[in-house]
Amino acid sequence: MVLTFPFVAMKVDSFENIVTWRWDNVLYMGVGCFFISWLWRYLLQRKEFSKSDTTGKKNLIQQTWKDRLFSDPKVFCPVLIAAFCIASVFPFIFSPYQTTIMTTALIYVVLGLGLNIVVGLAGLLDLGYVAFYAVGAYSYALFNYYYGFGFWAILPVGAVLAGLCGVILGVPVLRLRGDYLAIVTLGFGEIIRLVLENWDDVTFGPQGIPNIPKPNFFGLEMDFQTVTLYMYFVVFAMTIFTIVVVRRLNNSRIGRAWIALREDEIACQAMGIDTTKTKLTAFGLGACWAGMMGVFFAAKNSFVNPHSFTFIQSAMILCIVVLGGMGSIIGAILAALILILLPEYLRAFSEYRMLIFGGIMIIMMVFRPEGLISNVRRKYELHEGEKH
Amino acid sequence: MDYFLELFLGGLTRGSIYALIALGYTMVYGVLGLINFAHGEVYMIGAFVGLIVSGFLTVLGWPILAIVVIATMMAMLFAGAYGFTIEKVAYQPLRHAPRLSPLISAIGMSIFLQNYVLLAQSSDFQAFPQLVPEFEFLEPYSHIILSTELVIILAAVVTLIALFLLIKFTKIGKAMRAISQDRQMAMLLGVNVDNVISATFIIGSALAGLGGILVASHVGQINFYIGFIAGIKAFTAAVLGGIGSIPGAALGGLILGWTESFATGYVSSDYEDVFAFGLLVFILVFRPAGILGKVSSEKV
Amino acid sequence: MTNPLTEDILLEKLSTFLYSVSNFFEHKPIHLLDSLEVNMKQRTVKWAGSLLASAVTLCFLFGVSIADTIKIGVASPYSGDLASYGIPAKNAAEIAVKAINEKGGILGKQVELLAEDDVCEPNTATTVAAKLVAAKVVAVIGHLCSGATEAALPTYRDAKVIVMSPASTNPTLTLSGKYPNFFRTIAHDAAQADLQVAYALKLGAKKAAVVHDKGTYGKGLASLARDGLQKNNVEVALFEGITPGAVDYSALIRKINRAKVDTVVFGGYHPEASKIIKQARQKKINATFISGDGVKDPSFLKVAGKYAEKYYASAPTDVSQVAMAKSVSDEYKKVFGADVGTFSLQAYAAIQALAGAMEAAGSTDYDAVVKALRSEKVSTPLGTINFDASGDVLGAGFAMYQVQGGKFVEAK
Repeated sequence: MVLTFPFVAMKVDSFENIVTWRWDNVLYMGVGCFFISWLWRYLLQRKEFSKSDTTGKKNLIQQTWKDRLFSDPKVFCPVLIAAFCIASVFPFIFSPYQTTIMTTALIYVVLGLGLNIVVGLAGLLDLGYVAFYAVGAYSYALFNYYYGFGFWAILPVGAVLAGLCGVILGVPVLRLRGDYLAIVTLGFGEIIRLVLENWDDVTFGPQGIPNIPKPNFFGLEMDFQTVTLYMYFVVFAMTIFTIVVVRRLNNSRIGRAWIALREDEIACQAMGIDTTKTKLTAFGLGACWAGMMGVFFAAKNSFVNPHSFTFIQSAMILCIVVLGGMGSIIGAILAALILILLPEYLRAFSEYRMLIFGGIMIIMMVFRPEGLISNVRRKYELHEGEKH
Repeated sequence: MDYFLELFLGGLTRGSIYALIALGYTMVYGVLGLINFAHGEVYMIGAFVGLIVSGFLTVLGWPILAIVVIATMMAMLFAGAYGFTIEKVAYQPLRHAPRLSPLISAIGMSIFLQNYVLLAQSSDFQAFPQLVPEFEFLEPYSHIILSTELVIILAAVVTLIALFLLIKFTKIGKAMRAISQDRQMAMLLGVNVDNVISATFIIGSALAGLGGILVASHVGQINFYIGFIAGIKAFTAAVLGGIGSIPGAALGGLILGWTESFATGYVSSDYEDVFAFGLLVFILVFRPAGILGKVSSEKV
Repeated sequence: MTNPLTEDILLEKLSTFLYSVSNFFEHKPIHLLDSLEVNMKQRTVKWAGSLLASAVTLCFLFGVSIADTIKIGVASPYSGDLASYGIPAKNAAEIAVKAINEKGGILGKQVELLAEDDVCEPNTATTVAAKLVAAKVVAVIGHLCSGATEAALPTYRDAKVIVMSPASTNPTLTLSGKYPNFFRTIAHDAAQADLQVAYALKLGAKKAAVVHDKGTYGKGLASLARDGLQKNNVEVALFEGITPGAVDYSALIRKINRAKVDTVVFGGYHPEASKIIKQARQKKINATFISGDGVKDPSFLKVAGKYAEKYYASAPTDVSQVAMAKSVSDEYKKVFGADVGTFSLQAYAAIQALAGAMEAAGSTDYDAVVKALRSEKVSTPLGTINFDASGDVLGAGFAMYQVQGGKFVEAK
């Protein structure tokens, strides 16, 4: 391990065959690597150790506080209310910059929750989620540009259009499973982006569409500060709406059908669930949120171009879902906040920002492979005796 | 007709590049059932190692042939070492984790490696020396095929055959196949799973390194970002051909290369990628497991 | 200091270490306190907090804070695939500010630069804009990419911050008249496209291929060039976009070859240009290649090597012989150990123009400075410049260059 690292660090050569030796770097690199690898192994060992340790009694206890946190209203409600309070006074305490970041983070919370339906609940790996986001954004931009519709009018339209796209994508890929599905959705995402890029006459290609109006509040004129504030509350309201709906969906008949589909497609079919319908609703409903957020995104930035909808964005949203713990609502929210806020606060490290970010992603996955919050499954257990 | 031939060869070159990288994807997938998103980055690292070694040796004034051989060896060696390290750091601890977790750590690894090379080697595009000499006998045909292109095609063919033999006839190849069929069973029968997986990563990454150095010498420039697009395309190729299948990866690469080449040649390069992905969707609709992939009926 | 990187690497080590430490401690409470109700949220907050704390400590250690300064933001990409444009621009701005501060600053106040990474993404650009506005900057140098600039401008306009881009050449930015706060130290694409068309005609173009990289800059420039060529009765045989970063462009090259064009106009940046020219020349295509300022970059010469010969590129008038530009370049080389980048001098000039206007206006008040920018002439490495009513630079134009003997030489 130490061997591989110094190599690239120690020299650069370019045109005219100049070799620059950077021995000092090698030294730092070597010491750093040695130290990190030692720490790494130590932590891994700890992890192994704790795993074997907690199999017994501890696991049970851990389960209880977690269970209590999410299911017991006595604990859950105050936490929820506290979170709500913090979120609602947030923009008044912090600067507009913080508010803007938070707005972006909340957009990703909703996106994460939307994708959570597709990936987390229904278990359909979707790498092209950003396409629906783009559909939403462009539907607002285009409808506004050509017909002058306002934000609130387009918000449901964008959601429906994206949902439709989701269903359209869903139809041909019904038969596909797992990683094949992943690559097809990835391809679909790219196709949408490329069409936006090349269809000059309508979408203005890579130039993008500028000057998209922000949502108005009963026709009031607002200055920069108020708009930021207002945007924050709009997205905040949308987030709460999403959380409520997704939570209801989770426990509904269709939500359980999704989970069944994720766990075992064949068994699910055998139980009399229409897998076609279930899959399509998952795609459609998942895409709706992306469409909605797309509309909001266009309004927030007042500018859209295809460059905002690349594969990296999809990967980012997927990371939110997996990092948060598949199917877990709170997990997705936390992960979105972390993943979006982290690079912002890491700005202090400037050039090393993304390097650290990548490193943290690996570390998080290695030490918490189930995600931040592993989903508390609804279990019907036989408590009498351990074997049944 | 001449034009058709040109496009055909262009597509063949491109396809061979995709195939070389796709082999790594497909091998890893076959053994681990995991999409190694950091694979494109290994390809990029291979190219960089090639650049550094060849630059260094040129300064020392070695003959060109020795440089080519050593640079290629080193690129493969280092790419293999990186593959090994990536597996140990990002995937091995996650062997028993949910299926998507390694995917995320792979994306993290990919971001990490990109930025690592960015910091170590600056963000500029760097000139890559043309390692393959111009062949005299190809001179009259230079508008059809260049010597580097020929080398790429040959390298792909040779690698493919070698890999095929390796999988088919050697002990490690058998072990790989065994693991891909049933890891637990293989373990019970005394196959050292960890070692075989490491070996798979090393071989796959070495091939990516080879691909990296060949492409870099063909295109003549590299920077830290080249791995990303190549990785996506190679992944597409691997799935197209049926992920997990070695001839499938090769076939998928070629088909993808030809599609892009002909799409550009006869329609427009604006929609090159649309055609490539459209074809992918089309094929997968009719053959959900890729062209050469086996449709495994799921057991209950 | 021998190498500016070493300190940074140390810093990175430190931060990784700090992170590991926080991660290490973070593991403990689970086992100790798992009978208690340890809220997941609290834990994350704590975790983020420790990270933040380390970040803040580092800033405190390495940063400098000067009371009562004039803050100027620099927003350009420092990561991602366009970092090679952003970093030199920022570096040049740093030198400019250093020079100003050594002379006593603007209006007796020191100037402080706030550099922010926008990755050339519109979305990040708006965040950066909000951050800079919140930090109460007087003006911003940036953004580089036209898309990012476009996205960020409304925020700046509403907050009355002057934006001066060293690189965004999309014509509509100034010509639309929507952004009175926007200026740029580089002429816009329409002027460049006109020059390219004029040159193509001069070289006897009859049939041309126009290729672009599907980017805002590339496609914009290429479309303008195509329209110009068609207006002058040059047949445009193909107008196509390529995917930046693709493994090779051989299919397109073959298509160009088959179309038998005498001129190829490429709108885009140098990495693609060098790939295309290399493959085209290898395939023995002898057409004239013309590009814009995105190609006139030292890297292009390095990467394309001998294949770059005779390539035409329009670019802002070369000022390397102007005494001031020369001294800036030397200084840059001394400080950063590299040659000036494509937009370095524009960024330097932007700082100077701002400083000059503030001095002339006698304050940093938005209206006064905007007025001064339009009227006062400032001598910069680009020549003596001021700005017209729409915000475009006056006094710095485009010229056509040709690669001759491994160097860009002004074509006559």
